Amino acid sequence: MAVTQIFGARVRRREDPRLITGRATYTDDLVLPDLCYAVFVRSPHAHARIRRIDTSRAKAAPGVIDVLTAADLEGKVGSIPTAWLIPNADLKTPPHPPLAKDKVRYVGDAVAVVIARTRGEAYDAAALVEVDYDVLPAVMDMEHALLGEVLVHDDVPHNRAFLWTLKGGDYEAAVKEPGVRTLKQRMTNQRLIPTAMEPRAVLAQYNPGAADLVVWSTTQNPHILRLLLSATTGIPEHRIRVIAPEVGGGFGSKIPHYPEEAVVAHLAQRLGRPVKWTETRRENYQATTHGRDHVTDLEVAFRDDGTVVGLRVRTLANLGAYLSTAAPGVPTYLYGLMLSGAYKIPHISCEVVGVFTNTTPVDAYRGAGRPEACYVVERAMDLVARELGMDPVEVRRKNLIRKEEFPYTVATGLVYDSGDYERALHRVLEILDYAKFRTDQAQARQQGRYLGVGFSTYVEVCGLGPSKVVGSTGFQGGLWESALVRMHPTGKVTVLTGTSPHGQGEETTFAQIVAQELGVSLEDVEVLHGDTDAIQWGWGTYGSRTTPVGGTAVYLAARRVVEKAKRIVAHQLEVSPDDLLFEGGRFYVRGAPDRGMTIQQAALQAYLAWNLPEGMEPGLEAQANWDPTNFVFPFGTHACVVEVDPETGQVRILRYIAVDDCGRVINPLIVDGQVHGGVVQGIAQALWEGAVYDPNGNLLTGSLSDYAFPKASWFPAFETDRTETPTPVNPMGAKGVGETGTIAATPAVVNAVMDALSPFGIRHLDMPLWPEKVWQAIRQARGGGA
Amino acid sequence: MIPATFEYVRAHTVEEAIRLLQQYGDRAKLLAGGHSLLPLMKLRLSQPEVLIDLGRIQELKGIREEGDSLVIGAMTTHDEVAASPLVQQRCPLLAEAASQIGDLQVRNMGTIGGSLAHADPAADYPAAVLALEAEITCQGPGESRTVKATDWFVDLLTTALQPGEVLTQVRVPVHKPGQGWAYLKVPHPASGYALVGVACLLTLDGSTCREARLAVTGVGPKAVRLGNVEQALVGKTLDEPTVGEAARRAAEGLEATDDPLYASAEYKRHLATVYTKRAILKALERARG
Repeated sequence: MAVTQIFGARVRRREDPRLITGRATYTDDLVLPDLCYAVFVRSPHAHARIRRIDTSRAKAAPGVIDVLTAADLEGKVGSIPTAWLIPNADLKTPPHPPLAKDKVRYVGDAVAVVIARTRGEAYDAAALVEVDYDVLPAVMDMEHALLGEVLVHDDVPHNRAFLWTLKGGDYEAAVKEPGVRTLKQRMTNQRLIPTAMEPRAVLAQYNPGAADLVVWSTTQNPHILRLLLSATTGIPEHRIRVIAPEVGGGFGSKIPHYPEEAVVAHLAQRLGRPVKWTETRRENYQATTHGRDHVTDLEVAFRDDGTVVGLRVRTLANLGAYLSTAAPGVPTYLYGLMLSGAYKIPHISCEVVGVFTNTTPVDAYRGAGRPEACYVVERAMDLVARELGMDPVEVRRKNLIRKEEFPYTVATGLVYDSGDYERALHRVLEILDYAKFRTDQAQARQQGRYLGVGFSTYVEVCGLGPSKVVGSTGFQGGLWESALVRMHPTGKVTVLTGTSPHGQGEETTFAQIVAQELGVSLEDVEVLHGDTDAIQWGWGTYGSRTTPVGGTAVYLAARRVVEKAKRIVAHQLEVSPDDLLFEGGRFYVRGAPDRGMTIQQAALQAYLAWNLPEGMEPGLEAQANWDPTNFVFPFGTHACVVEVDPETGQVRILRYIAVDDCGRVINPLIVDGQVHGGVVQGIAQALWEGAVYDPNGNLLTGSLSDYAFPKASWFPAFETDRTETPTPVNPMGAKGVGETGTIAATPAVVNAVMDALSPFGIRHLDMPLWPEKVWQAIRQARGGGA
Repeated sequence: MIPATFEYVRAHTVEEAIRLLQQYGDRAKLLAGGHSLLPLMKLRLSQPEVLIDLGRIQELKGIREEGDSLVIGAMTTHDEVAASPLVQQRCPLLAEAASQIGDLQVRNMGTIGGSLAHADPAADYPAAVLALEAEITCQGPGESRTVKATDWFVDLLTTALQPGEVLTQVRVPVHKPGQGWAYLKVPHPASGYALVGVACLLTLDGSTCREARLAVTGVGPKAVRLGNVEQALVGKTLDEPTVGEAARRAAEGLEATDDPLYASAEYKRHLATVYTKRAILKALERARG
């Protein structure tokens, strides 16, 4: 019997034909009868009191149906909530009115909404809304904000949203041990703009007969949105249906519940007709959450042999003007807990101060906290190597957790599941031909050429996550996941997943899991997601959880279907289920392979229900709600080779090598795609991307012609390879891979540039490494002359 | 954003376009590709009441050889210029500049006439047409007139084009034997415009530089010729020290403006010297075959 191994096969993404031929349906593609359009009027000031808003001219404009301000929403739409209430951190959760009331707090803060028959008319009228502002000084810089001279929220002293601390081991004692020395470095992890290909959009329809609401939204988590919408709009949860149609990327920026969603939902109810809002790219840059934005003071304690004994990390985390949905958890638990990296660092002390400023709110962005942690740790390793005159690879080897030490509990308390870190590092050195590179580098330097190599032996935490654990961090939800596998009478299969993929490819991956387990062909499996009326429950897609958590639920549900089918077959063949074998989609009797039945035949029997075991319910479907016992910890080593042009400061990437281990691989093609995309984003942070505000709070990088979003032609072909160390956390052995590239790449690139600049004595430059910055540093090192 | 309401009219001949310009006056803008105009309209920074589309005027399209010149219709796209075998063979400097404009989508829509009439201070064509000493023809209600490239760029976004006129064609001399060329740029990492772009056309007589024409774009409010550098090259045997010495003069008296993010005026002036040197060396290499 031919068995095709579908699990692990390079199957092409079934999503792609519709996505790349323009046949996918996004929220903005949807048109309903009697549809009207909303446009938000946004603040041009970063900080101002609203004296008066005059909507009369706008209301009189052609096509305008209504114009609303905060006063009109009073008692109708509630404050936008925060869903990660970190404990023991003195967390402040000031109100976030869906339309600014009394005060605006960032450029882009919505103050009014115009609804008109066409989008053009709504824009025309929006320009006629007159807002009388009393402009206040803006507070942009975190250290300035903490002085408390200007308050973003009147009831949050010093603009301090929280103070979170973490202690593992005893850092203060460790630095006093004989032979331990320290080095310090301040480093920023600059603000980034997520830039999903599709901006946000919301369409809402209210049916007054049934008193129910349907909301199509660009969300990564429709069930969470439904839950939060019930809180903000007052419409009960069971009367709300949220649909995430095709969603064109999110990178975390489509996790939060946004003011526009609550307002548009309310408008549909209020006006009794469907309302659509689609943001422009400029709005997307101003009013969709940003990522990162840390300033960190790092102190590393180490010995002369390169052993790192401790880290002390003090980080200021910019949260922007309001607390977005997951914002407090990102720079705390998703950051501080990962400060041991892939290393045995016994003493870790971390303090994070969350700061309000007059900027766009900051929330999760691909990696969310983990890239920031990885950056600190991987830079620390290179700084120690530089200080000691050691090879950065040797310093890493000295400190890496060894494969026989797993499961390994790091000082921050996490238990790393599995790994073989040295193997991935070794493989990278092999591909790179490290010894030869160092020779080439030395020769090049003699010719005035500056080559550098940088490493990142990263590990990250994902597969979020065990509900009990995330609950203890103050996350106001569980993070288990659900799946339902339904085999129809014809043997075709529908999979309903609670995850909400928006570009990651799980329609393919999950079909592979199910096809493998049920022994059916891939084409017979359909994967559905993103509709709260169709899907039992789901926590959504983020935190590289879709496959390790959602996929495991799919796997378990498929197994349950097989078990039930087996009992039906056993009953009809009058044998014990234990006597049946299952192979290639067919059950047969052990020792009598001719006596058997396919799973499709069993499915038909399940629906006919003419002859089922006593007490068995008809039908063939099973649901699984999987709550993992631990996170998973993918890892690997990335290496980047660069050349710096000393005349211009320009950095060119010559090679990029990524060896990743995400446990068992279901689809290598999709894993490669995730690695490539992630690496691009990680490199882009190191070299190009950075959101910049002027002192008055205007976003200077407010459009795609200002923000240095990377282009494909800027990258060399990536050299990727893999090791496979299964995780014991789930039965498939699979870890997540959606964020590894972004996490690993950034420090690898910065380390490479610092290596190239080492002849100038340059130890650290902050990202993004824009050419002028590098050129100035070289010029300064050379003593002012160019 | 989406633009404010506007009327769209399509001209089928140059004559019709001029008549429409007369009819609508300053309420109208010419649409010649639209990759600069439409973004401004979407931001409502420009709100013309009427757009007169030149896109269907056949007589404004195409590239032909006329004596020692190439004549390029104003509505010829950047991609058509970059990909034209005629331009690649007879005036490769122009093709090299055209191939580096924006991205493929921009090059498929943007036109040489649109670019020169808009005169963005960081556009690529201005440096090339200055170094080539191109001639630009404009047609108004009366006689057509021809303007030298050196007289074309007046100031920031301002050219010699008069109200009521349509830029119809650009005439560039073909390269002569012994000439070497280069267009090198540092693109703005987001917009793709030149932070610094240097065009160079060298004529060698044996090992001696008989003529040098260089122009820089992106640095200041308009593209300019680098006369200091040219003077330092002409009559010299071009070795690396001579070129380096000459290139350093690129920054002398060069007006520079800060890019708010990616290049200070100081850095741009520095880049101008580096890219001038590199452009000369590349042109030299090509001149020597």
